[in-house]
This record gives sequence, C-alpha cells and structure tokens, in this order.
Amino acid sequence: MNSMMKKSFSVKGVVALGIGTALFFVLMRYASVPSPLPNTTFGIQYSVQALVSVLYGPVIGFLVGLIGHMFNDMAAGWGVWWSWVIASGFFGFVMGFASKNMKLDDGVFSQKDMVVFNVAQLIAHVIAWGGMAPLLDILIYSEPANKVFAQGLLAGVSNIIATGVVGTLLCLAYANAKPKQGSLEKE
Amino acid sequence: MPQPLIEFQDFSFQYFAQAEPTLRNISLKIYPGEKLLIVGPSGCGKSTLAHCINGLIPFSIRGKSSGSLKLKGQELASLNLFEISKTVGTVLQDSDSQFIGMTVAEDLAFAAENDVLPREELHRLVREAAEAVAISGHLKHAPTELSGGQKQRVAIGGILSDRVEMLLFDEPLANLDPASGKTAIELIDALQQKTGAAVLIIEHRLEDVLHRDVDRIVLMDEGRIIFDGLPDDLLSTGLLRQHGIREPLYLTALRYAGLDIYPEMQPHSIRSLRLKAEEKQKLQAWFEQTPPREVVSGRPLLFEAEDIHFRYDNGFAALRGVSLKLHQGELMAIVGKNGAGKSTFSKVICGFEKQQQGKLLFDDEDLMQLSVKERADHIAYVMQNPNLMLSQTLIADEVALGLRARAVPEDEIRRRSEEALRVCGLWPFRNWPVSALSYGQKKRLTVAAILSLNPQMIILDEPTAGQDYRHYTEIMEFLLSLSQRGLTIVLITHDMHLMQEYAERAVVFTDGRILADDLPSAVLTRPELIAEACLKETSLFALAKLCDIAAPEQFVQRFMDFERRLREQQSGKGVNSGQPL
Amino acid sequence: MVNLFNYIEKESPVHRLSGASKFALLILWMLAAMLSFNTPFLLILSLLSLFFFRLSHIRLGEVRFMLIFTLVFLVMNNLLIYLFSPELGVDIYHSRHLLFTIYGRYTVTQEQLLYHLNVILKYTATIPIVILFVATTHPSEFAASLNRLGLNYRIAYGVALALRYIPGLVSDFQAISLSQQARGIEMSKKESLFKRLKAASNIIIPLILSSFDRIEVISNAMELRGFGKHKKRSWYMSRDLVWEDFAAIALGFILLFYTIFWTVWNGGRYWNPFVA
Repeated sequence: MNSMMKKSFSVKGVVALGIGTALFFVLMRYASVPSPLPNTTFGIQYSVQALVSVLYGPVIGFLVGLIGHMFNDMAAGWGVWWSWVIASGFFGFVMGFASKNMKLDDGVFSQKDMVVFNVAQLIAHVIAWGGMAPLLDILIYSEPANKVFAQGLLAGVSNIIATGVVGTLLCLAYANAKPKQGSLEKE
Repeated sequence: MPQPLIEFQDFSFQYFAQAEPTLRNISLKIYPGEKLLIVGPSGCGKSTLAHCINGLIPFSIRGKSSGSLKLKGQELASLNLFEISKTVGTVLQDSDSQFIGMTVAEDLAFAAENDVLPREELHRLVREAAEAVAISGHLKHAPTELSGGQKQRVAIGGILSDRVEMLLFDEPLANLDPASGKTAIELIDALQQKTGAAVLIIEHRLEDVLHRDVDRIVLMDEGRIIFDGLPDDLLSTGLLRQHGIREPLYLTALRYAGLDIYPEMQPHSIRSLRLKAEEKQKLQAWFEQTPPREVVSGRPLLFEAEDIHFRYDNGFAALRGVSLKLHQGELMAIVGKNGAGKSTFSKVICGFEKQQQGKLLFDDEDLMQLSVKERADHIAYVMQNPNLMLSQTLIADEVALGLRARAVPEDEIRRRSEEALRVCGLWPFRNWPVSALSYGQKKRLTVAAILSLNPQMIILDEPTAGQDYRHYTEIMEFLLSLSQRGLTIVLITHDMHLMQEYAERAVVFTDGRILADDLPSAVLTRPELIAEACLKETSLFALAKLCDIAAPEQFVQRFMDFERRLREQQSGKGVNSGQPL
Repeated sequence: MVNLFNYIEKESPVHRLSGASKFALLILWMLAAMLSFNTPFLLILSLLSLFFFRLSHIRLGEVRFMLIFTLVFLVMNNLLIYLFSPELGVDIYHSRHLLFTIYGRYTVTQEQLLYHLNVILKYTATIPIVILFVATTHPSEFAASLNRLGLNYRIAYGVALALRYIPGLVSDFQAISLSQQARGIEMSKKESLFKRLKAASNIIIPLILSSFDRIEVISNAMELRGFGKHKKRSWYMSRDLVWEDFAAIALGFILLFYTIFWTVWNGGRYWNPFVA
C-alpha cells in the first residue's frame, strides 16, 4: 500500500491527477454523445478515467472520478450529488486495481489485457451504478428504490457500452503511440 | 582560467527507446558569466545536451550515459535535481507546459512556494520578477489569456527568484512572432547584464539570436560537436549550410553576389558588418543583373469575402469589415499580431463561426447555404498541431476517414487515398502506424487527409511552427508544389521567412481589419506595417541600404526571386517523388 | 477568462471569507441538509442560505444560467419520484391522508406532498450555497484552501492543475470537434449508435493522447522548479483566517451537530407531523 501511495504521488502522478481530472470534467460537461434512451448521454468521461487508472493506479483513478464529477456538479449548479460522485470515484479505484499487471506505458495492450480491461470495467460499472449509487441514494436521500435502481441501470448500461468501445480504442491508441525499447532507428 | 561552471568530458548518452546514442563523445566547458549559443538541426542532440545540464537526465529521463559531466567541479549525477535547479534555471521550449500556475502571479511564485517561503516574501518576489520581465500589468491573467511572448516572459521570470548562476533557454524563439522574438533576445541580454549569470541558448534560428552578441557558438550535428568558437569565425565557414542551419540572410545575399565571408568583415550582425567599397559594388552589380520574376496574372477568381463583420458572444468585435479576393492557385499569407482577427477570419470561412454581416462567395456560390461538412468539400482547414487532427492508428485509415464519412465506395476511396498519399510523399509509408511518423510527416498526413476530399482551397494555421530549417523547407516546398498544381493556399503565420520566401501576396490584419494587401517584400520594408503587425524588418533591407542600393524594396524582392529559381533548379521534381523526410 | 467556477469578482463579506472556511462550511452545510428530513430545520436552512446570497451582492441575473439548470433538474427529479413511487410518503410517515386520486395508483396524499416539500427544501437549502461558493471563490484560492484544510498538498496541487488546464482543454476540444466535423465525423443522433461512439473516439483520442503526452513535460517543468522538495509548501493565494472565518466554520459544525443531535433525540431522520 505504501509503495502504491508513493507511485501515486510522484510529481508525474500529481500531474496525471490534474490532467485526468480536467479531461474527465471537460468530457462530462461538453462531449455529450446522445444515447438511444431518451434524455441520457453516454458517459465517455469514464474511458479517460479508466486510462488514467490503468496508467497511474487506483488512488489517482479514484480521485480523478471523485473530483472531476464533483466539479461537474458544482459547475452545473444542482449541488453535489454525492452518491453518484462517490460511485464515479469507485469505478476508477477498481480499474486501477484490476490493471495492476498491465504494461501500457511500455506500449503493450495484449488481447488478454483487453479482456481483463473489459471484464473489469463491466464489473466496476455494475457495482457502481447497479449497487453503490442507488443504495447511497436511498440511504442518503431517501429516494424511492424502484426509481434509483432504474436510473442506475440506465447509466450503468450506457457507461458499459461507452467504456467498452471508446475506452478500449483509447487504450489501444495509447499503447500504439508508445515507442518500445531500442526500437527507434534513423532511416 | 576560473573553474568551469559546466564541464563535459568525453560524454555520451543513449535514450531508453533509441537504438543509437544521441550524444557522442561530447567535450565542452562553459565558464561563469559566458553567453553561449548552441545551434544544430532537429535531432542533432542539442536539447538532450540541455537536459543533461539541468539534470532531467539522469534524474527524470531514462537512458544510459558514459564519460563525465561536472557542475562546478562536482559530478552532476552525484547531486540531486533540486540542488542542480538552484544553480541552473531552465526555460523549456514549450512555454505553455512550463506555465504551471493558474495565473501569472502564481506561476512566478511557484519555485518560491516550493521553498515554503512566507507569503509576504512570495508577494515581494512576484512583484520583483514581474517587473524584471515587464509583465506587471498581467499578474491576474490566466495562460489562455496570454500571447506566446508573454508566456515566455513569465517562464523567464519564474526562474529568476532562485538567483541561479546559469540561465538555460531551450529554443526560446520556437513559438514567437518576429517582434516578440526580438524582444525576448533583448530581455535575455539585459538579464544577463544585470545578474551576471551564464546564458546558454539553444536555437536553430541563428540570425534572430544574433540580434544581440554572443560570446561563443557551438555547432552540433548527429550528437557531436562540429564547431566551437567565435561567431565571426563560424559564419566565415560554410559549415552552417552543410549542417542544415540557415545562415543570416544578408550573408546568403553576399555569397550569391560572389563575395567571400571572412572574420574581419564582422559578419555576426548586420549592424557590425563592414564591407569594402568594391564589395558593395559587387552586390550592386549582382542586384542589377538579377532579373525580376514575371508576375502571373489572369487567373480566375475563386473566393471572395465581402465586408465581413464578426462579433464574439462576449462582445469582442474580431472582424470589422474584411473584404478579400483570392484567385485560383494563389499562395497567400495572412500575418498580424495575436488577436488581430486572422484565426477568426479562417473560422468564418470554414463555417466554424457565422459572421453577423457580409457575404462569402466561392466559385460564385454563396457559402452561407453550405454546412461545415459541405464547405469542407471545397475549403479545407489544417490545424497548427497535427496531433490534434490525427485520430486513426494506420495512415491509410486516416486518409480514408473523411471519404468513409461521405459514404464514398471503397474502390474510389482507395484510388483517391493513393493519389493524396503520393502527392504528399507518404505512399511508401501507407501501412505504417501514424505514431511512427515524425512531426513533419504528420503534418503532411493531415494535408493528405484533407486532400483526399479534393478541396480547391486550403487554409493552414502556422504550418511550420517549431520546425528547423530542413523540415521547414520540406513542408513549404511541398505546399508550393501543391499551389503549382492549381490549389489555392492561405497561410496564417507569424513566420517572416515563410511569408517572404513563399507567399506571392501578404495580407496584414490588424484590429479586425485588413491594413495592407501587397507583395511580401513591400510589407516587410514598410516600417509602419512592421510595427503594427509585430513583424521585423528584414536584414536584407538593411544590407541594401548599407550598399547604397537605390531601391532597397526591389533588392529584397529580387533576392527572393533568385532564391526561388535556385531552389526550383535544385529540387526539380524532387518534392513529389515520395522521398521520406 | 473561461472559468469553471464562474467566479464573479466583487467586494462583499462573503468574498472576504477565505476559501478554506467557505469550503468547510459548504461541506458541513451540505452534509447537514443531506442527512436531515427535519422540515422546519430545512426551511430555516433555506432562509439562511438566501440571506447569505443577498449578503454576497451577487445578482440573480449573473447566475441565471446555473439556476435554470437546477430548476430543470429539480422538476425532473420530483416528477420521476412521483412517477415511480406516488405513495413513498405513506411508507415513510406510516400514515395515509388521501386528498384525491389522479388516475389508478397515482394518488395525492398529504404524506407524499410533505416528502416532496422536503426534497424541494433540500435543494433550496443547498443550491444557493453551492452557487455562492463557486461565484465568490477564486479558483486559485480554492486549491490553496484544500491544502489548508489538511488535504495533502500534492493532491491539492493536482486540483490546482486541473483548474489550470480546463479552459485550454475546452478550447482544444471545440477545435478538434470542428475539424473532425469538417471531415464529416459527427456525434449527433443522425448516426447509428456504434458510429456515434466511433466518432466520439475520433474526437477524444487526439485530445487525450496529446494531453497525456504533456504529463511528462509538465512534471519535468515542476521538478526543475523544486516541486516536491519539502514536506509542505506555501501558497501565494492563501489568506490568513480572520474571526469571520472561524465563525463560518463554527456555524457549519453547529448545523451538522444539531442535525445529528436532533435525529437521535427524534429517533429518526423524519419530522413527522402525522403521528401524534
């Protein structure tokens, strides 16, 4: 745990936290991709959060979701909807743990990594939006159970699709853009 | 001799991802208070050398080194980054990334905040630093509200609080307009005189740096030091040209006139240049012999903007009555300082913004009827940073992207992609990943990606920003060849050489209006325009006056025409042959 | 300046409070309002928040945009609650006073109305405070204040960097969207689901990869200027706390403790007038 904290809060980790949070916020607020369901959009911000988590671990991943989502709520003006903010953070935490053995920074995103990534995002989203967010809604805000579970289900499904497509493409693109050791030769 | 501040001895370095060393057997001494300029083409290792001096290598960047590098007599690798930064202050090439704070004041305070200085002290240091770099009026501004030159002044101010013994500048002119570049060089000079610190400037824009004297120039290529000595000695050799560095234009002109450059001429600056009477006569004779180029006329009208007015939501009137005609195959440059309306004008043309008043005609068709996507079939826009435009993994897919979105059949896509890739010299790389391309090649790819849509007109925003002379020439020769094929090209630029050498026509924007629309040589020799558009007078003009040439504007024009003919003879059809960059 | 926090520079008692104490008050206030279903208390909180709003000299027109968003969210949420659970109030308050029936299971009861009143009051108690916070706190001071409240300075600086980069990323994002739109890439409803997501990737991948490329350059620049040298750092934008700041923090704690105390004393979170 101690070494994990150390890696998270290297100067690079701090910058990744800043850039990741900024990207999360900008995508959540401006990049609205309409989903097939009425009045909902795909949360493509979770793709960038997943990438940050894979690269910089669960602590940074958690903070990016927590702070990015909190900023979004504050900027929108509807007050901070804590149950969902916490669920966003949780998603990054799980993704950071699940991808501990990936070597994305060395340019590797194997088929196995892709499967692990997608299984992890599926599980993380299911727990976050199918369990955590609605339960916290009931606990904190005494909202009706059927309503919050329906809302969580909607969000969960569209987030899973979005992270599955955009997040996977993003990890692939990131790995492809990384040079491998001793690979760059002048021609 | 005092103890050197920096001492390299037979030093080599190889990056983790590189197959070969980037620095080879470097031996170099830098003494306290010295002003040193390091020049060399892209990839010659000069930035790597800077990273070795400021400690990023070995403390932050992976790789292996051999030999010795000492800072004030101590092996640098035995110190730590924080100790080194107390002696060496660095201004990075990318002054936007170096801008850490949310506002100017916070960024100036950054280093002192990390030293846990009390708040009153921070405020005092910020006031002093802001005054030293003349940015006091902007303390509350965010980086997005500053020009490139202002950001750089902040970066310089940010390292002053540490009272360093050496100031290190990595390509300080890369993103600056000519006037700001000149100011930056003057500021660096003034700071050195005030603080007595050693100054190390890494640049390939030699003539601009030599606006103020330097003590010594080091020329590097392929990881080695080629030359280390006095500026006048270096300029008297042909080494610069051999290694892809542009020598000062006035010296090129002298060489064209058949003159030899020698140290007693004091060639390091146009102001110090001493010419004998017969040398002046030789230049005059060259001027009279060189024929002016014939002007192309009678090309059909392609695009017309009529009295365009545009105001942003926040009330800022960015365009205030702009009218402009463009002919087929024309290569035009739009110049002017930041905020003059250059970018807004191109956005209005592409339909990214809608003008409140005025007409846009393309081939007699009203552009207002067309969507952004439809306009892109006629007029293409290339962003400054190719990394922001490229989204595909493979080159072929990148070129096909726009065509697929237009539901063009696959075999047609293949045919048009091939054509675009061949024109751009990227055909041999069609199966490469985009990430394997150099910056210049990526730039070509962005052009290929829009050429496949068959536009008749292209607008390019700063096409050569941050490129060294060789890449610059390649990109511009390539664009020139496109214009010779009948494509109309509009360049938005700060780069004077670019405008002077390649554009047929220069349009100067100021405060949302067109101030001048003339030949580049005419624009660059009119002092009131130069001041208004943040340009810089070309040294050729001064040279012509020095040699008592009666029509200095003509001299500038003929020099450019001469160079162009020379390039045409040399390159022949070279540009389209698909050679890798 | 494009600013996330919609900061409006003014001279007022609220502006004069330090960011640290405002943030502490905001969090405590939100906790109290979040936990409580004590209707009279929520009413007092709402009135108090309106009072602070007046104190700040911020005019409604200046935050109209945010208010509209909030209003829409408020109406939608209440509507959804009613559609899903028209008799939630009956369950909560363990009594049923039917007023009339709209159709089928959609009845209107006093209990349900009280529940909705609580939901609305929770909004009116918190939203003015949130808006007030974002409109009267300079973003730079916000990051400094996080450190002051005991958050690790590295995290606080991460937050500062986020605020530093948001305006630039917004304009990059818009520029990329437009240039891709010109190439015919669209995210709108006209395209099929998968194409829409592909299009989104085409726009965000360049944005994300070019931003990630900068992480290394930025962290180098920070290290070269001594970031992380010591266990703590000072902040140009920090302010000294004055008595008003302590009063604000104390008020926050009073509100939270009162809520907790009242809940224990009441034996539940709900103020229930129906059961005598």
